Amino acid sequence: MKPFAFTKAESLPKTLSAKKETTQFIAGGTNLLDLMKKHISQPDELVDITSMLSDKIEAHKKGIRIGAMVRNSTVTLDANILTNYPLLAKAILAGASPQIRNMASAGGNLLQRTRCPYFYDITTPCNKRQPGSGCSAVEGENRMSAIIGYSEQCVAVHPSDFCIALAALDAAVVVTQSNQKNSTIPFSDFHRLPGSTPQQDTNLPANALIHSIEIPVNDFHKNCAYVKVRDRDSYAFALVSVAAALDLKGNTIQEARLASGGVAHKPWRWYEAEQYLKGKEANAVHFKEAAAMAAKDVKPLAHNGFKKLMLQGAIETALQNCLTT
Amino acid sequence: MKTEHLYSRRFFLKTAAAFTALAALPSTVKAFYQEVKNFIVPAKQTLPLVVTINKKEYQLSADTRTTLLDLLRENLQLTGTKKGCDHGQCGACTVHVDGERVLSCLTLAAMLPGKKVTTIEGLAVGDKLHPMQQAFIECDGFQCGYCTPGQIMSAVACVKEGHTRSVAEIKEFMSGNLCRCGAYNGIVESIQKVAR
Repeated sequence: MKPFAFTKAESLPKTLSAKKETTQFIAGGTNLLDLMKKHISQPDELVDITSMLSDKIEAHKKGIRIGAMVRNSTVTLDANILTNYPLLAKAILAGASPQIRNMASAGGNLLQRTRCPYFYDITTPCNKRQPGSGCSAVEGENRMSAIIGYSEQCVAVHPSDFCIALAALDAAVVVTQSNQKNSTIPFSDFHRLPGSTPQQDTNLPANALIHSIEIPVNDFHKNCAYVKVRDRDSYAFALVSVAAALDLKGNTIQEARLASGGVAHKPWRWYEAEQYLKGKEANAVHFKEAAAMAAKDVKPLAHNGFKKLMLQGAIETALQNCLTT
Repeated sequence: MKTEHLYSRRFFLKTAAAFTALAALPSTVKAFYQEVKNFIVPAKQTLPLVVTINKKEYQLSADTRTTLLDLLRENLQLTGTKKGCDHGQCGACTVHVDGERVLSCLTLAAMLPGKKVTTIEGLAVGDKLHPMQQAFIECDGFQCGYCTPGQIMSAVACVKEGHTRSVAEIKEFMSGNLCRCGAYNGIVESIQKVAR
């Protein structure tokens, strides 16, 4: 690790306005410390913001607010979340290990960097790590890479499971800027596609911090599921994951939500398939059709052609699981 | 007629200077090395720390980069906690902070003041082993033993959290601790034994 100065934040406005380009905020640290050890992130100054942010989960009449400092494991134990937003707990429990979930913050989960092996290997070119150096994965080992929404500059995928559930539930990210004003970014706009600037993962403004995550009230709590397909049954990143949620009246689908991880640079929503399911009977035939509709748009790379069928299967399974959970 | 001397005055001076320089070399090289090092490697920054580990308070000064794992092993000689991957992928360094299991390799020592750390050295009471340590011995919960301190710290937390209702649940909630000898069955048995 490169030597750095360490300070504990004492006031949020001061911390935000004093932030330099070489300053990094640290909360859970589970991703940042790893990146610093690998010389991928090399801050001159580390500011501990753990005491500046809310670690509370608060219910209000429009939904629920998760403070940025709420630990991942706390989300999986909260009674209100388990009753009204169980998809969030299911997704978090599918990721990392109990130790890491005890450490990682909710805000930090959103800011995780990709696990693309070339991003982690500083001896290889990577546009995300070193803009303009080239993408090693696009023509290299791209078994784990994206199958949709990628560019010639970057084929990395977003690593979070929590974010896939948040995308499915139309969450919003509340952000505090240095003028201390809060603004809200819809979840679908929070993460970016790589385009020609893959070094930027999110649309979080500079000198801003995630304050909290808002999830609106919904009727998906009875029928939701998270399916994660990976090389190892636990403690591994997704090859493909699917968050599915159905709002059923009898056996008729009022609303459907489908989002995927492991397929793109951001949590990916399958809007066309969701639209198709609306008003249909919840049955295997319609689930199969919806899955095929989602999979028809993907464009796998040289080594990840298997992800297309895997995605189709994962969507069908997730929709089926919605009916049994 | 000019006498041809074997050694000229200039030669003598040159040689003498070279020998003098050679004699002074060790310290010169050292200084030069330090100068280069200071130029290339930025100076490390230290900070004073008060940490509570196994109910004992320590007052230390540590490099800001020190992880809890390195603090335990290098600064305090509490080598029971093991360094496996040092990147949060193996669980060998698992300890408890404020009663919760965490990875010490991904915890900055600088963020510990005010928190209570428990390591494998803090589980036994005198000569009496913790029930989980005893169970690992009785159920063959290890072979080479390198991952064992992390396994035991994780197992104690797993029981406390109540994730012991089935073998599948134990395996899922112990998945953050790898054992390359493959003593998994013994580990699961140990946890079941303590949970009963």
